[in-house]
Amino acid sequence: MQLSREQLLDAYRRMRLIREFEDTVHAEFEAGNIPGFVHLYAGEEACAVGFCLHLDDRDRIASTHRGHGHCIAKGCDVEGMMLEIFGKAGGLCGGKGGSMHIADLEKGMMGANGIVGGGPPLVCGAALAAKTLGTGGVAIAFVGDGGSNQGTTLESYNLARVWNLPAIFVIEDNGYAESTSSRWACAGSQVGRAQGFGMPGVEVDGFDFFAVWEAAREAIERARAGDGPSLVHVRFMRYYGHFEGDAQTYRAPDEVARLKAERDPLMLFRRRVSEAGLLEETQLDEIDGECRARVATALERAKAAPWPGEDELVTDVYASY
Amino acid sequence: MAKKTYRQAINEALRQEMERDPRVVLMGEDVAGGMGSPGEDDAWGGPLGVTKGLMPIFGRERVLDTPISESAFIGAAVGAAASGLRPVAELMFVDFMGVCFDQIFNQGAKLRYMFGGKAKVPMVIRTMYGAGFRAASQHSQCLYSLFTHIPGLKVALPSNAYEAKGLLIQAIRDDDPVIFFEHKAMYDDEAEVPDEPYAIPFGEANVAREGDDVAIIALGRMVNLALEAAGQLEGEGISCAVVDPRTTSPLDTETLLEVVEECGRVVIVDEAHPRCSMARDIAAVIAEEAFDALEAPVRTVTAPHAPVPFSPALEDAYIPSTEKIAAAVRAVAGHPGG
Repeated sequence: MQLSREQLLDAYRRMRLIREFEDTVHAEFEAGNIPGFVHLYAGEEACAVGFCLHLDDRDRIASTHRGHGHCIAKGCDVEGMMLEIFGKAGGLCGGKGGSMHIADLEKGMMGANGIVGGGPPLVCGAALAAKTLGTGGVAIAFVGDGGSNQGTTLESYNLARVWNLPAIFVIEDNGYAESTSSRWACAGSQVGRAQGFGMPGVEVDGFDFFAVWEAAREAIERARAGDGPSLVHVRFMRYYGHFEGDAQTYRAPDEVARLKAERDPLMLFRRRVSEAGLLEETQLDEIDGECRARVATALERAKAAPWPGEDELVTDVYASY
Repeated sequence: MAKKTYRQAINEALRQEMERDPRVVLMGEDVAGGMGSPGEDDAWGGPLGVTKGLMPIFGRERVLDTPISESAFIGAAVGAAASGLRPVAELMFVDFMGVCFDQIFNQGAKLRYMFGGKAKVPMVIRTMYGAGFRAASQHSQCLYSLFTHIPGLKVALPSNAYEAKGLLIQAIRDDDPVIFFEHKAMYDDEAEVPDEPYAIPFGEANVAREGDDVAIIALGRMVNLALEAAGQLEGEGISCAVVDPRTTSPLDTETLLEVVEECGRVVIVDEAHPRCSMARDIAAVIAEEAFDALEAPVRTVTAPHAPVPFSPALEDAYIPSTEKIAAAVRAVAGHPGG
């Protein structure tokens, strides 16, 4: 199956927007302008976009600590996101969630999650709702390699299989759970785990957008057709630390530089579509500029925006009380 | 109006709400029972038969048996509620919160706040609590104070069959996550229960008995023991009001304080352990808000700071009794006054 020119442009735009957003947040955090904990998705763009390009607003995703990329890939407003990460009024969650809980249910984004392995049970529920209400929607749990070892994740494989849910589990294996290597911490294989629950599972190169997109297509089509859950093990590496401020002394000294030079998902995408004559370099450059401008505007507005009023402190706890 | 048991009242509330709203689904371990087994379908209807008969009416799509995976299915109830269903999940014994609490207090309770009010989590967790079943330490606890502590959750403690039906219907129609506590020793207790659906609003305490001398504030099953004690004490010339808060979150402090101010003396009865309990919480509210009206120190009657024991002899000593309540009331009534 081929991607249309529009889809290719859309894919590149979403990936570039994530990269631009994350690089900007990195710089702003370093400058001391962003409060709290921030976990960046740079280097992993092909995964969120490879999956979310197949989705629409009836579909739901649950994310990890590292949620900005999933938000952008699922269509969340970049300015609302930046305001949220700065903790400002008008943020996507009114400044009450921040980076670790960034969400937009209207877009089907059920939130970054501060609890490792918190998302998969929620996704079982979203998938059950889609199935029971007959919306035709699917639900995707993005789970880190760290989250893959949580009981909630393994229980969710079982529940999704037992209830035959339109759910997909995407193991985003970026090499490290915090500072601990996924090769050390994950016994067996992710695909083997899926098979143990009677689910199809595949491993893909997460730097290769096209490989992810194809694996995502199969898993999502299977779920939409009512043929149940499956798992995709996506391997790649993050460019930044576990959190901003992580000295990353556990990594090889040249690791990130080598990744950026040889395996960068945006570079690989550009090379592939240019060599195949699918898109012009100038079109891609234009998108780069457009994304830079969008993020710069978002940043400027976030910096200028007011803090939430103190009267917001105890609103939104309940629908009614 | 017919007499119905606590069990029948809960079953009727579920059936009527499922008939009214197709988005209401049940899920939990053995809520129907017999899934994939060679014997009867709807074999159990929950371990004590509370949901029996619902699966044949509504089908397996709306009465969902689950594996024994509380984290997964309680979390699924949260996710389903945030995605358009109105799930009623059964956490068989509240003691099992230990294996799924994250999904309740970090996910379900907080989604709305963390998402700036954009999420709605209309779910109910029905759960059994309480001692008296010789079920020992891991199947007998109260634990409602732990849920009450968490902003975002509502907590209901029906004290009889009438209350159970009305509070459960309210819980199902409510747009917030509700933890609905069913006392396992009350399932066969009967009360007059209307056939038609009705909702009892949350946060409105019920003055179950009027009185002038001592206010007894009691929770859940303890309301019945308090009423018994009040009946006995009337013969001794002590007039007791009995107040059932119905929900610990929201808590109707206004009514509690009103009754306390009228009586000037108060005993709080709570089957839970005393530390960080509802008994102490209510006592603190009274101390802060009604100190000047008090003619005697606040007294509490609670279980001890110990796990629930197995031996019938020990368990009987563990649970607050009518006698202990009456003794506490006599003590505050006999206090010389402030």
